[in-house]
Amino acid sequence: MTRYVLKRLAGAALVLLALSVLVYALFYIAPGDPARLACGERCNPEQIAQVREQLGLNESVFTQFLHFLQGVFAGRDYSTGTGVLHCEAPCLGLSYQNDQQVTELVLERLGATASLALGAMVIWLVVGIGTGLLSALRRGGLTERTLTVLTLAGTGTPVFILGLLLLMAVCAYLQWLPFPTYVPLGEDPEQWAWNMLLPWLTLGFFESAKYARLTRSSTLETLAEDHIRTFRAYGVGERSVVTRHALRGAVPPVIALSAIDLGTMFGGAVLTESLFGIPGLGKTLIDGVRHVDLPVVVGIVLLTGVAVVLANVVADLLYALADRRVALT
Amino acid sequence: MTLPNPGPGTKAPLVEVDRLTVEFGGGVRAVDDLSFTLEAGRALALVGESGSGKSTVAGALLGLHRGTGARTGGTVRVGGIDVGAAGPDELRRLRGGVAAMVFQDPLSALDPYYAVGDQIAEVYRVHHPGPRKAARARAVEVLDRVGIPDAVRRSRSRPHEFSGGMRQRALLAMALACEPRLLVADEPTTALDVTVQAQILDLLHELRRETGTALLLVTHDVGVAAESVDDVLVMRGGREVERGPVTAVLGAPAESYTRALLAAVPRLDGPARTARAHGLGTVDAADADFAHDRGGLLAGVADEPLLEAVELRREFGRGKAAVTAVDGVSLTVRAGETLGVVGESGSGKTTLGRMLVRLLDPTGGRLRYRGAEIGALSERELRSCRRELQMVFQDPVASLNPRRSVGESIADPLRVAGERDETRIRRRVRELLDRVGLDPDRYEAYPHEFSGGQRQRVGIARALAAEPRLIVCDEPVSALDVTTQAQVTALLAELQAELGLGLVFIAHDLAVVRQVSDRVAVMRDGRIVEQGTVDEVYGAPQDPYTRQLLAAVPSLDPVLAAERRGRRREPAAA
Repeated sequence: MTRYVLKRLAGAALVLLALSVLVYALFYIAPGDPARLACGERCNPEQIAQVREQLGLNESVFTQFLHFLQGVFAGRDYSTGTGVLHCEAPCLGLSYQNDQQVTELVLERLGATASLALGAMVIWLVVGIGTGLLSALRRGGLTERTLTVLTLAGTGTPVFILGLLLLMAVCAYLQWLPFPTYVPLGEDPEQWAWNMLLPWLTLGFFESAKYARLTRSSTLETLAEDHIRTFRAYGVGERSVVTRHALRGAVPPVIALSAIDLGTMFGGAVLTESLFGIPGLGKTLIDGVRHVDLPVVVGIVLLTGVAVVLANVVADLLYALADRRVALT
Repeated sequence: MTLPNPGPGTKAPLVEVDRLTVEFGGGVRAVDDLSFTLEAGRALALVGESGSGKSTVAGALLGLHRGTGARTGGTVRVGGIDVGAAGPDELRRLRGGVAAMVFQDPLSALDPYYAVGDQIAEVYRVHHPGPRKAARARAVEVLDRVGIPDAVRRSRSRPHEFSGGMRQRALLAMALACEPRLLVADEPTTALDVTVQAQILDLLHELRRETGTALLLVTHDVGVAAESVDDVLVMRGGREVERGPVTAVLGAPAESYTRALLAAVPRLDGPARTARAHGLGTVDAADADFAHDRGGLLAGVADEPLLEAVELRREFGRGKAAVTAVDGVSLTVRAGETLGVVGESGSGKTTLGRMLVRLLDPTGGRLRYRGAEIGALSERELRSCRRELQMVFQDPVASLNPRRSVGESIADPLRVAGERDETRIRRRVRELLDRVGLDPDRYEAYPHEFSGGQRQRVGIARALAAEPRLIVCDEPVSALDVTTQAQVTALLAELQAELGLGLVFIAHDLAVVRQVSDRVAVMRDGRIVEQGTVDEVYGAPQDPYTRQLLAAVPSLDPVLAAERRGRRREPAAA
């Protein structure tokens, strides 16, 4: 078990290294001059050259990458013209835009993204497993057909349309809630929850369609297995057969998919974040790409990588825990 | 709850099936106008080939067809409960409380996610509402009763941590937990090795003697029935063929179908290869000195072995996880000869078979084909002899590509051998289909259009297409009904006599192997424990394991079966 986790983590480190190389390569192939963008509209060529020197863009790509790695493992110093700014390991560099430390920036934005993703997961698990189970049990009936239509509509509706509709209905038309603004959990938990409610519902409903379909199919699959027949033949009630035995077999794939979805979402649920003005990683990443802000982009991509890899490890562990026949090697 | 009042002096039978009809979707009538009764404490076997409707009857006793869309007619009464009309509560009482089912496949019949003891406790609590702890204690008690060692600890294991035999015991324990008056056992030992099967049948026998539970046994294996029941009902196409006391039905069957069925069952005391080959008229010799003559006949042709394995080994995995599947096996196969390889699951017989045709690479030892070493040849160097070494697989369903016509499947080896002329290929495939007893016009038909036996014929035709000198048959008939089994083994023997093939016949069924082989090798844990002619191995087995295997084979003679059960019990008691 411990050995398995260590092995997976070592693999993860390699994946992350490859990921950073890839992002650096892409960045230097892509058009756009970070120095010009960082300097601003009215800069003359000399000023731009100065900025370029300051950002270290004159060095070779390779040297820049080595410096980046040095920053991650040992920290590095930046000259700001007047003094020296020390950036502690793990240092992901300074933003080209405002000299803010990327590590700080990313961790700050992570809070918002995590709030969104975790809350949405609760909703998609409850709604997804609930409707999936219901449609598996009412197979062929009106309930199932209605639920099928709803889940299809759910997967078919883009998240920003779903979110807009919710915003218009709840905030503009019914005026049950004010238009959401992000309040960090640490500041005011109650306000945090109220303001996150709509984003959670939007993302949660959108994702739950997928989970409903997965739960439905795996429940039906389990219901067709021989051991279900055993318990029916021993007079175990249908409700018990379904909740204790059929659902039990349907849960592992749902867990596995959830963990992976959650990992991907830590890289930012861009659309939802943008729509509700949540200062999360997705929004920051888009801004970073727009301004050719390499350190920010690399930082967020790496964090997403960490999240996805960790989520996969966690998914495998949970799967093995849920189904004891799975051996971790 | 009112039990029907039986008339004075008469005792209503435990099970009364009256004109039962079960029809599945599409108008398929699985059971057709079947009536029988089973008295309390008695044992009845439903015997028949696949598709005879025997399992459907078993399900009907517990009302398992209710709510599935199957249409049932007639009445079924079990312990006074009218199964077709019973309300939910009564049905619940019936299932497990009055009649308990023991299912066929012990691997899939238990929920993989829960501990075995918890599953038994769950069922127990349905019928005996009470504290969880009492139910758990009962689960441990019954597990102990069916011979699960260290039942307290093992009750916390999940099904996959049990062996096949232990899982079957656990299912029996579940059935026992609620003290039912009737056990319905649907092929309870079909998935098990013969020695484990004998243990389970003995256990079943013992439990019934102790508790007086009645038994309805569903089985395709006449031998299993002979060992376990008082009465037999032979079914065919959903109808009753013959019914009566086991000694009468098996000893002096009245119906021709029953006679044919019994004749097809391979038996340890039946005619061996000698008589059968003689019957085909391939060798003109008297039974007694047939073996001698046969040796003489072949002496000039193929005294040197066709295939020879010396200390053949195969390991899987590396380091600590390494498993030795085949551990130094030496054998020879001559042209025109059948070598039977018999062993229980996990004995390494399939691994050995695959190595003999180089589907698997040996990790040690030598393999010589017609005098040339082929054990370590590369795929390119092997090409010339690949064609001559063919294999017929166990599962005729899984070993044919369902998306390709059988004609195309049979043509594969021809194309591989470099044949390009389509008309020649077609002609040859038609010849082959005809040769294995299939209609040549069914070239374009797909595997699902064929029955199991026909599919195995297709598999044989495919092996023959390459004009092999040696065919390794891995459990070629174990998925088939006995009558089909007999046809397929007869076909193999016929082809062998005609083409002078060397055959390696791998099977777990000792009686089948005896029937088809000249020489036999008994495998256990990757080694050959005993090897010799059929008469030597079956007539005077030297190795204790061989003796144990032979003693475990169910006998068709109920009297003999009882006697042997007694003998099996003796060493256990001592």
